[in-house]
Parts: sequence; structure tokens; C-alpha cells
Amino acid sequence: MSRDEVNVVWLGSPTFPKAAHDALQDDQLRRNLKHATTTIRDKRLRAVAELDDWETLRLAGSQIKDRVMRHLDTYLLQLEASVTAAGGVVHWAEDAREANWIVTELVRAKGATEVVKIKSMATQEIGLNEALADAGIEATETDLAELIVQLNHDRPSHILVPAIHRNRTEIRDIFLREMGKHGVPAPDDLTDEPRALAEAARVHLREKFLRAKVAISGANFACADTGTVGVVESEGNGRMCLTLPETLITVMGIEKVLPSFADLEVFLQLLPRSSTAERMNPYTSLWTGVTPGDGPQEFHLILLDNGRTKTLADTAGRSALHCIRCSACLNVCPVYERTGGRSYGSVYPGPIGAVLTPQLVGVGTSDHADSLPFASTLCGACYDACPVRIDIPEMLVHLRAKVVDAHRGGVPKPEALAMKGAKVVFGSPRRLAVAERLGAIGGRIAGIGGGRWLPGPAKKWTGARDVPVPARESFRTWWRKAGRG
Amino acid sequence: MRIALFIACYNDALFPDTGKAVTAVLERLGHTVEFPMAQTCCGQMHYNTGYRREADSLVGAFNDAFRGYDAIVTPSGSCGGHVRHHHKTETAPNVYEFSEFLVDVLGVTDVGAYYPHRVTYHPTCHSLRMLRVGDKPLRLLRAVEGIELVELPEAESCCGFGGTFAMKNSETSVAMLQDKMGNVRKTGAQTLCASDNSCLMHIGGGLGRIKSGVRTLHLAEILAATR
Repeated sequence: MSRDEVNVVWLGSPTFPKAAHDALQDDQLRRNLKHATTTIRDKRLRAVAELDDWETLRLAGSQIKDRVMRHLDTYLLQLEASVTAAGGVVHWAEDAREANWIVTELVRAKGATEVVKIKSMATQEIGLNEALADAGIEATETDLAELIVQLNHDRPSHILVPAIHRNRTEIRDIFLREMGKHGVPAPDDLTDEPRALAEAARVHLREKFLRAKVAISGANFACADTGTVGVVESEGNGRMCLTLPETLITVMGIEKVLPSFADLEVFLQLLPRSSTAERMNPYTSLWTGVTPGDGPQEFHLILLDNGRTKTLADTAGRSALHCIRCSACLNVCPVYERTGGRSYGSVYPGPIGAVLTPQLVGVGTSDHADSLPFASTLCGACYDACPVRIDIPEMLVHLRAKVVDAHRGGVPKPEALAMKGAKVVFGSPRRLAVAERLGAIGGRIAGIGGGRWLPGPAKKWTGARDVPVPARESFRTWWRKAGRG
Repeated sequence: MRIALFIACYNDALFPDTGKAVTAVLERLGHTVEFPMAQTCCGQMHYNTGYRREADSLVGAFNDAFRGYDAIVTPSGSCGGHVRHHHKTETAPNVYEFSEFLVDVLGVTDVGAYYPHRVTYHPTCHSLRMLRVGDKPLRLLRAVEGIELVELPEAESCCGFGGTFAMKNSETSVAMLQDKMGNVRKTGAQTLCASDNSCLMHIGGGLGRIKSGVRTLHLAEILAATR
């Protein structure tokens, strides 16, 4: 496996249009997605409307993130010093391989063969569970939705609701089939009532919480000035992981650092309203190093790069690193709503995934990564929804240009030839007028011959849509003939 | 006020009636309009598909063609949005989408139109989110005599056109189109109206294929209609 393939898990699956093809055949998936995204979209609009200063908060969030990116080196060194002073240990990981190695060695040093995990997209990004399994260590996801995905040997489909693509009956079947293989089995008479499903998960997980010596978490934020690391969640399972085991290992993307503890004021308002449409998330856990006799007695913070400094180097693309993983952009995206998260082939799906993933792995390195910036109609709903004002549509076209430029030279593709041809035609009004006349004649001939079904690449249009027949006379010809110009 | 028409390349070749309708409305309101013959294309298709070098070469020509006008009026929300956001030229700030120009610049909502049909309106994404035209097209439509304006469910959802997206990701595009068509048919409208022929070409192409009997019309054509 090449370096790029381990960078962001699952790249190497089909390109977006091919993956979308499969997702679009799945009617149940589309119904589940439509229901879930529509519900959360409406709730979110109401939650946001409650705040008079929402736009000011968005601006503040965006400005803080701008500052973090400008001085990332300073804040990271400050964070390292603060965490160390509070009794934690800081590790730096350049890529997935290094991060996985550090975690594995730390778990081995404790003699543990199982770990509990919570809230970490970064560890999904680097494929930590698989790396731990290779080392004989079983990792259990404790977020309910992530547990469902893990038990089903599935992939998350959503940042916030990883099992958004599964309904209750499917979840009951997964629990009945899989739980017993990994610990306390689900009761035989399990129904698909939410209360019953939650209870089965609670019993299954409780045993693991009480036994695990090592926990692994992600981080929503880390404050440079105090060394405080924070996780927000809804179920309390994270709180169990963060407080019960003797050793806590946190894997955090370097972009998650905030300058100061006071900045949490902004983000703890922006995040829950944007993600779960709640005024406040039920559990906010903040910890600073270690406290003797209280909570984990050993704390390791792994600062993960894995393509982030490369992303930072692109001034037009770096704001993808501002993302606070709220998933608001997924919930409003019409493309995501039809195709689901797995079509994006990365742990980061939806609009933000379409701009973040290609940058983390590098534009021009694979057909898959290169297909992602084109997986959007540029409708702009994501920009309006983003709590830190990431201009995703603008970044998509920026990355499209990088993809096109990466493939210039050599034998041009049909699209490149068409674009160059169009440029020549549009280069002069005279050439355009000639092309329009030829198009009108050709188009009408095709129309007469039943040209509503065109061959070749045009089939992608005429498969489901009629083509407009070019007008007999263009506007400019009409204008000229009418003696106006 | 010197007003120039920016009729967008695809309107010029495929939908010349829209340009004629814009001309008719503005002349009915007592304005003289010009069509600078040197105009070709704003470069949006190139820009949005990643061919930025090719797009850039069209910006200077656009600026030359439209220099000296107080207002440059276009019936394409998406081309208008592209020029205003991405052309860093002296003419870019003077570009107005048709409904914006009528409401904001001319201060008119009733243009003396008559269209006695059941109509539903689709707010195209670039008009809505790039230009922020808001309810201006609806205010213009509400003032049309005889019209029965019905609300489109999930109006602000993208129709799935997205320029070259409609070809590159045609299956996803068509899935979005199907939902849009379903919502259009729920309204029982005879006419679907929008401020962008590119989206209408996509939705109309779909509605035509299923022989829905729903007609797609650009806002300007409804506003140009009289008794």
C-alpha cells in the first residue's frame, strides 16, 4: 500500500460518479437519508434563529480559525508546553503510519489487549482500529452509532450520525447477529424500539468500560494557553472513556488547536446548534493533563499532521482546515442527500470531504481524489450553513482548477479539447456567430432525425432529458436584422 | 442611463426569446437598451469546470465589450453572479440580474404584464445564494395581472443542473431532477418559472421527456407577456 493510500482511509474505492451509481440504486438508503437530513435541517434552522448574534458568532469563529492557521506553529508549541506542564505527554506524528505506531506502542506498554474509543475521526482517518487489530488489540467504538457501524463491519456515512443510512430494524438485526461475538450479547427478544436498542448497547458497553485500562479519544478542541483538551458528545459514553480507564490517549489533528480557553465560548455555541440543532450538547468534557487520584493517571496527546501542513501551504485551500466537524454542510447538501457519505470514499464525506480529502492526500494523485471536487453542483447551500463560514463552493472551483492543471500536457481528454474549442469560439463574436449558425443547422437536423436521443457523451444528458433545439436565429442575428446594432 | 444587455452565450444561441423579452420589458418601461455586439461569454463554464486559464482569457474581452455602461443587465442569474464575484474588472460591479435591475435600480415591481396561468417559481441557486436576489422575482410575479402563483415545495433545493455536473455526475443530477420535477407536478402549475435558462433547460428537458405538459418559461418572458 502506498503512502497516499494510508493517509485517508478508504481511498482506492471507486471514483465518486461510480460510487454514487451504486448508492443511487439503493431506495432504502435514499429514503433514510432524505428523512434524516430533512429533519435535522429544519431543526437546525430553528436552533440558529434563536440567537440574535449568530452571524457575529460565525464571523468570530472564522476569524479565530484564521488566526490559528496564520500562527499554527506558535500555538502548537504553546499547547505542547501547557500539556506537558499539566502532567501530560505530547507526541508528534507526521503521518498515519507514525501515529498508529505511537498508539500501538503506548497500549502495548500497558499490557492491554483491548481499548475503548470515543469521538475520533482522526483515528478513522489513519485506520487506527485496523492497525491495532494487526497488533492483536481489539478496539471498541463506544459512540452508539459508531458501534453500530463497527459491529456491521460497515463504514460511517455521516460525520455526526455515522449510521444515518441504517434504520431501526437493520440495527436490531446487527445487534442480534454481532454483539455476542465481541462481548455481552443482545437479548434474544430484542425489539427495534429505540429504548430497547439503547439498553442492549448500554449493557454491552458497560462491561467494556469497567474492564478497559486504556481509552482512546479524539478532540474537538485543545486550548494552547491552558493545555485543556475538550470533547463534546450526546450520550455520555465519551465521559465514561475519558474518566474510567487508567490511561487516556488522545489523537488530534493539529488544526484543532485554539489560541485560548476563552475561545471555547464561541465554538461551544456554534458547534451544537450547527450539528445536532441543540442549544447545548448534553456532555462537554474538558481535561487538563492529569489530576492525582481523579480520572486517568496517564495522558498522552498525539498531534497528527497527515497532510495538514501541506493543506496549510495552499492559501486558497487552507480554510478547509477551519472545519469543526459539525456536519451542517452534509445535511444541506443535495448531492450528499442522494448519494450518502460512503460515495465520497473517505472518512470526511459531503461538501467538506470533497474539499478536505483531496488536499490531505494531494490533488492529482488519484482519480478518486480528483473526482471529489466535481461532486457538487456549486449550489452554495453548504457555505450558508457553515458555522465558520468556509467558502466551500469557491474552494471546490479552486481545487477543480488544480485537478485540471495537474492533467495538462500529454494527450488531452475530450473535455479539455471541448473547453479549448469553446474558448476559441468565444474568443471572437464573429467566430461565435458562425458556430451558432452551424449549431442551429446541425441541431435542427439532429432534431428532425429524432435527435432527442443523442449518442456518445451526449447520452449522459439525453438519457433522461430532452435537448433544447437551437433557435433558427440567435439573439445577436435577430438584433442585427432588426437594424438595432 | 446607458443600459447594456448581457445576453449570455447559451441564451443567445438556444433561448433568444428571453433576450427579446428583456428588451421588450425595458423598452416598455421607457428605457433604451443596447446590445454590445462584441460580447461572447463570461467564462463561467470554463471557470467552474477548472479551466481557469481559458476563463481568464475571456474576462478582458467581456470588460472591453461592456466598458462605459451604467448598467449591464442579464437574464442569467448564474452568469451575472459569476461576473460580479470573479471578474476583477471595472465593469463587474455594474452587472445586474434582470429582477434585481427592475426592483433595485428602476424601483419597479409592476411592469404591466398579463399572464393568466397557474405558475410556480423555482429560485435558482446562484440567484438565491450568490446574488441574494431574495423575493424580488416573486414580487415581480405577484404584480402580474391574472397570474395564479403557487408555492413550489422545497423550492430552495438545487435542481441538479450545476453546469458540467449534469454530465460528469449525470446520475446524481437526474436523481435531484426527479425530486424537483415531483415537486413541480405537486403544484399543478402549467408553467414553471425561473430566472436562469440553464436550470430551466435541465428541468424543462426532464419535464419534456416525461411529457408532463408543464411549460418552462424565463421570468422575463412572463413579464413581457401582455394582453
